[in-house]
Amino acid sequence: MPRHLQLMLRYLGTLGFLLFWLLAASGIYLYIRFDTSVAGAYQSIGDLEWWFGGVLRSMHRYAADAFVVVVLAHVVRELLAGRFRGFRAYSWVSGVPLVWLMYASGIVGYWLVWDARSQFSALATAEWMFSAGIGAEPMARNFLGAEQISDRLFSLFVFLHIGLPLALLAGMWVHVQRLGQPATVTPRRFALGALALLLVLALLRPVASEVRWDPGAVPQTVSIDWFLLFLHPLMYATSPAVLWALVLGTTILLAALPWLARRPRLPAAVVSLENCNGCGRCIADCPYEAVTRQPDRRALVLADRCAACGICAGACPSATPFRSVAELVSGIDLPDFTVQDLRRKLQAALDAHPDRVVFRCEHAAQPAAGGEIALRCLAMLPPSFVEYALRRGAPRVQAVGCREGACKWRLGMDLCAERFTGTREPHLRRNVRAEKLDDGYTFALR
Amino acid sequence: MKQALRIVAQLALYLPLMALIGYFSTAPKFSPVGENEALLRLSFIHAAQRKAPCRERSAEELAKLAPNMRAALDCPRERSPVVVELELDGKLVLRREVAPAGLKRDGNATVYLRLPVPAGRHTVAVRLRDRPGEDFNYTRAETVELAPGRVLLIDFAAAQGGFLFRG
Repeated sequence: MPRHLQLMLRYLGTLGFLLFWLLAASGIYLYIRFDTSVAGAYQSIGDLEWWFGGVLRSMHRYAADAFVVVVLAHVVRELLAGRFRGFRAYSWVSGVPLVWLMYASGIVGYWLVWDARSQFSALATAEWMFSAGIGAEPMARNFLGAEQISDRLFSLFVFLHIGLPLALLAGMWVHVQRLGQPATVTPRRFALGALALLLVLALLRPVASEVRWDPGAVPQTVSIDWFLLFLHPLMYATSPAVLWALVLGTTILLAALPWLARRPRLPAAVVSLENCNGCGRCIADCPYEAVTRQPDRRALVLADRCAACGICAGACPSATPFRSVAELVSGIDLPDFTVQDLRRKLQAALDAHPDRVVFRCEHAAQPAAGGEIALRCLAMLPPSFVEYALRRGAPRVQAVGCREGACKWRLGMDLCAERFTGTREPHLRRNVRAEKLDDGYTFALR
Repeated sequence: MKQALRIVAQLALYLPLMALIGYFSTAPKFSPVGENEALLRLSFIHAAQRKAPCRERSAEELAKLAPNMRAALDCPRERSPVVVELELDGKLVLRREVAPAGLKRDGNATVYLRLPVPAGRHTVAVRLRDRPGEDFNYTRAETVELAPGRVLLIDFAAAQGGFLFRG
């Protein structure tokens, strides 16, 4: 896969946040200019000056479509990568209703325009709701004749078009709650590219309204937005019941997926209270908010959230091989791959071939070769191990991880970068020089 | 050079995405009804008559009730189901019996039907029964001319005499 595409896929979630804020910002201006009345709504949108309001309207519309593309790509990517089960179940399940909130927000937005497309979408939605008995009377009756339509309907539309996105935003906040250092800001180069794309599209293909809503007419052809409104043609091609079955079935299937496709989990990290000094580095570095504090400030692992990546062990100040104890016990450690195991493997590597000491992440592009020390994540490696190897005779030490944006455990390579460049504890001592490679580091004593 | 390559790579990614969004945002067009079709909508909300008529309470019955509950008439709450039939050019296209809403079946009955029909002249007949019995107590038949893309709305309001045709 091309590297740029790989990186962009890594930032799909953050692109979702970017597009949401763009929709909010452009929506505020459009709302200021919008006339919330039956008589004025259509005209007020038509009156937008092309060079600003018109461009913003087009960007608003295309950003909504891009939001759908990005969110669905995000869902598919996480699904294909198997990132929905175990400790990720919370993020996955909390994301499921967001997809429907996104659709509801977008569909209601179309009704505000009050053109033939609005009429088609509003009536199709109303017919779908009525088929399930939602509402004491058919919602569609509100749209059937001019005498049924009042300005209050626009207050309802506006309330929905603001309220649903606010609910979506609250859901997005909940969605990232179990991520340490959640990425909600798109890197500038991708953000600028996405904004430029939408601007160019808005200029090349400005959005236009259909003919004004006419209760006495049914549009014979309507240019619909297939990203957001595809559910309506699907309903007319099948039936409202089929659409309900598809929507509810998909929702239930997605929500149940973490349990339907359950797999055995690796044993969670454990805290050694005798060796934990309550420094909180493991809490700060855990990518999944799986470590918290006990009342005495020492660490506590929430086993159901733990990915067993070992990043916490790599952050622990007691995980140093220089300690003169026969059995090295870290303040926090993986029961099936302890810091003591790591020291033993390093010692064996130094004895066997001190000129070639390589630490390699299990999820790196290349698997660990014979004699290399495989780690569950490169950030599982406490920086003191590098210095230990160098001072025990290795002329150079190499650490190989995932490429930028491809870390299996989200933050591993970022944390390594900060630890190895001395901006995050525990960091390499100044007597060790770290040279950045494409997917790792080479170390030597100064 | 590296920066230029980055921009080219981004463009290579973004251009297809731009084309995808630009196209499917408005195309292909969708036809809610056929080219030479009109739409007939039957939609109404109606509270049917009570299933059983009100009965006058006897003096003994009234005496047994608390003073504030002594209403002269005893009216069962349950309403009749609404039966509606729609004929188009002499052919029955809809027959529906709709139960009143509510646990006690004392609410409104609601009907909504969307029926694409060929444009042109049609004879439309609708019948409704909202009381016990076999005969329809509201009927209306009209010959209507429906242009392509137009909607004939058939509403019902007992207070206005029954079925209303709006086209």
